[in-house]
Amino acid sequence: MSTAPLLSVQDLKVHFDVTRKGLFGGPKAVVKAVDGVTFDLRPGETLGLVGESGCGKSTLGRAVLRLLPATAGRVVWLGEDLHSLDHGEMQQKRRDMQIIFQDPLASLNPRMTVGQIIAEPLTVFNPNLSGAQVKERIRQMMAKVGLLPNQINRYPHEFSGGQAQRIGIARAMINSPKMIVCDEPVSALDVSIQAQIVNLLMDLQHEMGMSLIFISHNLSVVRHISHRVMVLYLGKVMEIADRDSIYANPLHPYTQALNSAVPIPDPDLEKQKDRIVLKGDLPSPLNPPSGCPFRTRCPRATEICAQIMPDLLPASSSHYVACHHAGPRD
Amino acid sequence: MTAILDVRNLSTSFSTPEGAVRAVNDVSFAIEAGETLGIVGESGSGKSQIFMSVMGLLAKNGRAQGSVQFKGKEILNLQVDELNKIRGVKMSMIFQDPMTSLNPYLSVKRQMTEVLETHRGMSQDAALTAAVDLLDIVQIPEARRRVHMFPHEFSGGMRQRVMIAMALLCQPELLIADEPTTALDVTVQAQILDLLGKLKRETGMAIALITHDLGVIAGLADRVMVMYAGEVAERANAGPLFKSPQHPYTQGLLRSMPRLDETRANRLQTIGGQPPNLQHLPDGCRFRDRCSYAFDRCAAEKPLLRTIAETRAKACHLEAL
Repeated sequence: MSTAPLLSVQDLKVHFDVTRKGLFGGPKAVVKAVDGVTFDLRPGETLGLVGESGCGKSTLGRAVLRLLPATAGRVVWLGEDLHSLDHGEMQQKRRDMQIIFQDPLASLNPRMTVGQIIAEPLTVFNPNLSGAQVKERIRQMMAKVGLLPNQINRYPHEFSGGQAQRIGIARAMINSPKMIVCDEPVSALDVSIQAQIVNLLMDLQHEMGMSLIFISHNLSVVRHISHRVMVLYLGKVMEIADRDSIYANPLHPYTQALNSAVPIPDPDLEKQKDRIVLKGDLPSPLNPPSGCPFRTRCPRATEICAQIMPDLLPASSSHYVACHHAGPRD
Repeated sequence: MTAILDVRNLSTSFSTPEGAVRAVNDVSFAIEAGETLGIVGESGSGKSQIFMSVMGLLAKNGRAQGSVQFKGKEILNLQVDELNKIRGVKMSMIFQDPMTSLNPYLSVKRQMTEVLETHRGMSQDAALTAAVDLLDIVQIPEARRRVHMFPHEFSGGMRQRVMIAMALLCQPELLIADEPTTALDVTVQAQILDLLGKLKRETGMAIALITHDLGVIAGLADRVMVMYAGEVAERANAGPLFKSPQHPYTQGLLRSMPRLDETRANRLQTIGGQPPNLQHLPDGCRFRDRCSYAFDRCAAEKPLLRTIAETRAKACHLEAL
């Protein structure tokens, strides 16, 4: 690796105790939402996180920002472990790490104007700015994300979903952060608006150089925006590689199934396509399978898969896969 | 071929405190026996409200006008008891969120056998056997045991299968599927699309598949209808529509989706602006604010849906794209 990582996540675990509270207690139950995840994020890079519901991608995004406590492992931000900082120190770090949410309207305070929403992170970290300076910065940012600066005094409900997502992006960008976690930022938007927001994020990254962790279940969008992609299944990393390898040469049977399940808007290709249809549903995270969590739905599973969780091993310098039977699709 | 469903000049409006909102405006189309029609559009395009009108399921402030014939019989705005002889029996509908469409208090067995006993006069035993058979058809493992379970005991994908099985109880001639896979994960979506394809081939039932995702339609639909702001923008056979869209909106939709099978471009092509507010529609063509081909005539004159080839129609002044 040429440059030092911005963020280095090492064997991160986020477990939730879901034991039922009762007079006699209940059986002990733990959901391992994120279970031993390791990866680096480089400056200016977009890492795509893909996986199906319940795979832990949002939990991972939140634990990286310390919005959720880690059960074990380290989140190293420019050399410092975030989970060992005290509240005040962490607060200072937040200037450089922001988040954008899936539901744009629900993530904006309905009683604040657009100007107040975007101003809040700015004034928290720059208390000495004058009112006029704040306003000027907000207007510039609004123009940059494609909002009309004269809408500064409007309320969120006056905006459509796509516009509201632009407000969320402006709020995240106002302090020029080094990293933004984007948690399904286009999933709630119409198809014609999705493309606008994806282009906006890529333009802003080009201009301002921040890193993105882009969480999505939409593999086509992730392929478009990411430099590297990590595939999660029940809290574990199945495969991580640069974008071209993961789509052109996936080595994990789960990645292969995910890729083949994405419908292609072309009737001829779609009818000829040799789709891998997985059996069944995701297992309950309360009671995950032994060994490799994917083995219950895996076409290649053998005995060893039930016994030992495979390690994440390099297939090439930029391609890691966790599978006893890793290899190209037959 | 005879049309199973023949919709003519259907308009659906909702009265709101801010005035009437016309969600569907003068829409006509037909679904032939055994064919799958895909209906594509973004939120607010009216794609769902067409079929809510057909099924008599409009919200209280909604009103539908025009004509809807099911196998030659007028069914629009029919009395509930008359309508109930057709809906759920000869045509049934499945929805995006199966959990809100299943009764959480009743076992799957009870919900399924009740329909068979009422509509098909089956005995309890025969109804149970038929219910289990149907769950087998939609590939629910261990159907004999699971039929006694309650909706919350099933996963999202399984619930959607139960919904499909329930829709098939009376062997309908038309299945209306409103975003049946939108709430599901991709691998489960692939399973449900496979199942719908199998049912289409094996039962010969007609399907109306409503979705915002052109990809979902590509593998299943014989014909496609693209909706914009309550009106039909383009109608064509699936192959030609995807290969050479003739309406700028269809073209824009196809181009703005990143595709897994294509070389990656640096930027996505976008459709500018927002879907229109149905209460403040532009004069002339409803798409013209967002259309890169718009010219003078688009503001002056509203383009009507016109036939451009044997099985193809579009609402656009442009001769060709």
